[in-house]
Amino acid sequence: MSALKGYRILELANERIAFAGKLLADMGADVILIEPPGGDPSRDYPPFVDDRPGVDRSLWWWHYHTSKRGVVLDLDKEEDRERFKALVASADMVLESEPGSRLADLGLDYEDLCKVREDLIHVSLTPFGRGSANANVPVTDLTIMAGAGPVWNCGYDDHSLPPIRGGGNQGYHTGCHFAVMSALTALFYRAGSGEGQFIDVSMHGASNVTTEAGSYAWLVANQTVRRQTGRHASVEPTGQTQMRCKDGRWVNTGVPPRYPVEFARMLDWLNELGLAEEFPEAVFLEMGAALDGQINLSKIGVDEEIAAIFGAGRAALVLIAENVSAYDFFIGCQSRGLAVGVIYSPEEAFEDEHFKARGFQVGVRHEDMGKTFRYPGAPYKLPASPWAISRRAPKLGEHDAEILGAPRG
Amino acid sequence: MLRCKTTGMTLNEKQSSAGATTPGALTGIRVCDFCGQLAGAGAAKWLAAFGAEVIRIEDPTREGRWDILRGIAPFVDERRGINLGGGFNNHNTEKYGVTIDVRGKRGKEMLTEIIRQSDCVTENFAAGVLERWGFGYEALKAIKPDIIYVSNCGFGHLGPYRAFKTWGPIVQAVSGLTFASGLPDEPPAGWGYSYMDHTGGYYMVMAILLALLHKKRTGEGQWVDLACTEAALSLNGPALLDWTVNNRPSRRDGQPDSNHSLSPPMAPHAIYPCEGDDEWVAIACRGEADWAALAGLIGEAWTADPSFGSLQGRMANQEALDRFVGAWTASRDKFGIQRQLRAANIPCSAVQKPEERVERDPDTAGLWPKVRHKEMGEVRVDGIPARFSKTPWRIARSAPCLGEHNEEVFERLLGLSADDVALLRAEKVV
Repeated sequence: MSALKGYRILELANERIAFAGKLLADMGADVILIEPPGGDPSRDYPPFVDDRPGVDRSLWWWHYHTSKRGVVLDLDKEEDRERFKALVASADMVLESEPGSRLADLGLDYEDLCKVREDLIHVSLTPFGRGSANANVPVTDLTIMAGAGPVWNCGYDDHSLPPIRGGGNQGYHTGCHFAVMSALTALFYRAGSGEGQFIDVSMHGASNVTTEAGSYAWLVANQTVRRQTGRHASVEPTGQTQMRCKDGRWVNTGVPPRYPVEFARMLDWLNELGLAEEFPEAVFLEMGAALDGQINLSKIGVDEEIAAIFGAGRAALVLIAENVSAYDFFIGCQSRGLAVGVIYSPEEAFEDEHFKARGFQVGVRHEDMGKTFRYPGAPYKLPASPWAISRRAPKLGEHDAEILGAPRG
Repeated sequence: MLRCKTTGMTLNEKQSSAGATTPGALTGIRVCDFCGQLAGAGAAKWLAAFGAEVIRIEDPTREGRWDILRGIAPFVDERRGINLGGGFNNHNTEKYGVTIDVRGKRGKEMLTEIIRQSDCVTENFAAGVLERWGFGYEALKAIKPDIIYVSNCGFGHLGPYRAFKTWGPIVQAVSGLTFASGLPDEPPAGWGYSYMDHTGGYYMVMAILLALLHKKRTGEGQWVDLACTEAALSLNGPALLDWTVNNRPSRRDGQPDSNHSLSPPMAPHAIYPCEGDDEWVAIACRGEADWAALAGLIGEAWTADPSFGSLQGRMANQEALDRFVGAWTASRDKFGIQRQLRAANIPCSAVQKPEERVERDPDTAGLWPKVRHKEMGEVRVDGIPARFSKTPWRIARSAPCLGEHNEEVFERLLGLSADDVALLRAEKVV
């Protein structure tokens, strides 16, 4: 049985809350997406199927609304507000990211809705939280991430280049992760107590506590981290961790060899590749292999021999990277115990054998097109209550009759 | 010989009588927790903040160093030590900390009894570590048939890469997130922090809560295999569908370009330099109204250039557009620009530095609770950006010092005497 089977959730369509609804719907909740007449603006977000725009052709829409059903309600009209309240009476939860005081103005905020359904859980995910002086300030994923810390941490060693927003709408995702954790926590509490509640989640707050030392180096020590290319922003500069391999692709090299067995394996690998001859530091790898225990990193600055051994480990990685593809470097290092990562594009990761073997690629039927498309799969595996995409994203008004009853006038 | 028993007592009784006035949403849940670093510890932090009893099991023989954050910077002052890591304190508030050498027979007995009294066992070791100690899922089920076991590791416990090692930056590299972050024709900028340690922890929280809900409704436990790389890969949704549906790869000319926006298309949409040292502002024009308002504020002749007269034109000429906008912002204060643009209803934010968002941003008020730590003193930590009307979170207790709650936990839960615990300490079992 799906973990959330039997729970009904009403989601007021908004790009900022869409992912939260998907996470809950894919776990079995009956999520009903409520759009205004004409549809939510995100139906117009590219890319489109075959690059042809259309109200039901946005791949953004397809992704963020899997497993949901959809109805159209015009909440500016009294009769549709009544329809909405009738749905609330049958629902366990409302998810919304409505601007400013809109719901209160409509008479549809938590105070109103809990009169219709006493044990309702109402999760509000807004840019700065309810009651903020900035409640009416417009935001996008970019401006949220800029104000909340992630952007300050990301970018390049060269600070004449701008700091970077990480790709993929992760500011929105982070807000949605907190909305879902909150929703599930409240559902668990309700299952025991019978009580619903109102939960006010701030997207700005969510990204503020998702910056690692960006926040806590300041909180603990009043220190400010600074951005570096492809690695942690840091109070003190640290060494490079990205290298370009023979095929022009990049890898993250992680921490260079420190243990005797790792030095021995690097030397073996150089020999296998026929590169040991052109590697004058090979002797230091031999010394590393003969060490009694792991290198004490704090000695690198004071002990020349240790510094030479550590440096040789790093130099060996560079030489190997120059001679193999990024993928071979990744597999070669990992099979020798070094935590290294190939820097995949999203589709390269998607097609990787590991994720295929875990069943990450799932087929979703688009019966209207007579086709099945591959979608990204489960973020976690719960065998007793599995994740599943139960249906493609809803077309505009697709479930009006099924959910609202009589056809609309 | 030890005589561990099930006392039926809880740890939080003392705590709640000492101050909490509202119910915890997760009160009554007990977690036997091996989590470390951030990807695991961050998850258990959420559970503890809502009233679950989270008992961190640490290794006395290595002074808990399987969590390296115990002893690394930032520090509050010049002191160093395994109880003084600032990140560790940040990620482990409201938890109980005990030490048990689980390699030995008596340690295994104690751990077994704690598991018998727990709802969940959580860990983020490399795949197979817990099993090698004799506490794999089958063994856990034998101790407690309805146990929820959540393992969180880079590549998961299944699949060809299950033995591979990761930490945040490796997870981000392999899952497409590093690639998708940067400027065209530059190396990947990636993530200047372990986004996927935080976020892997969030997925671990969801997995635990989903499993708890399932158990509440069916009585059934389960093993959740969480692979951080898989959770990360799922965060590339529209790009993956563009690949599977349209055969368009993300690895193509002009990409990645993550300060710009193709979906939805917006221009101008970037991060621009401002007056001062390393000061920046983010501006996003969602459509014609935002652009008209911005052009009006800037009031320079170039804004009337017909090539910028439509979204299509601005997208096609974004490089020139960014140069013009950047020249306008460069001599201005970032917060001044933010005020001016927000007043015109244009999405805009200063790129805030840590001090600015922690100390001077009214929208983070209440987000940095203070805890009192035995050795560090008063320290602020990351709070939770959600206000619950009935069951607010609570973060008042610091992370545990190594073995801080040995007496409390072993006496209250296992029914051992103070002398028993003293003996176990002397014999380095705890």
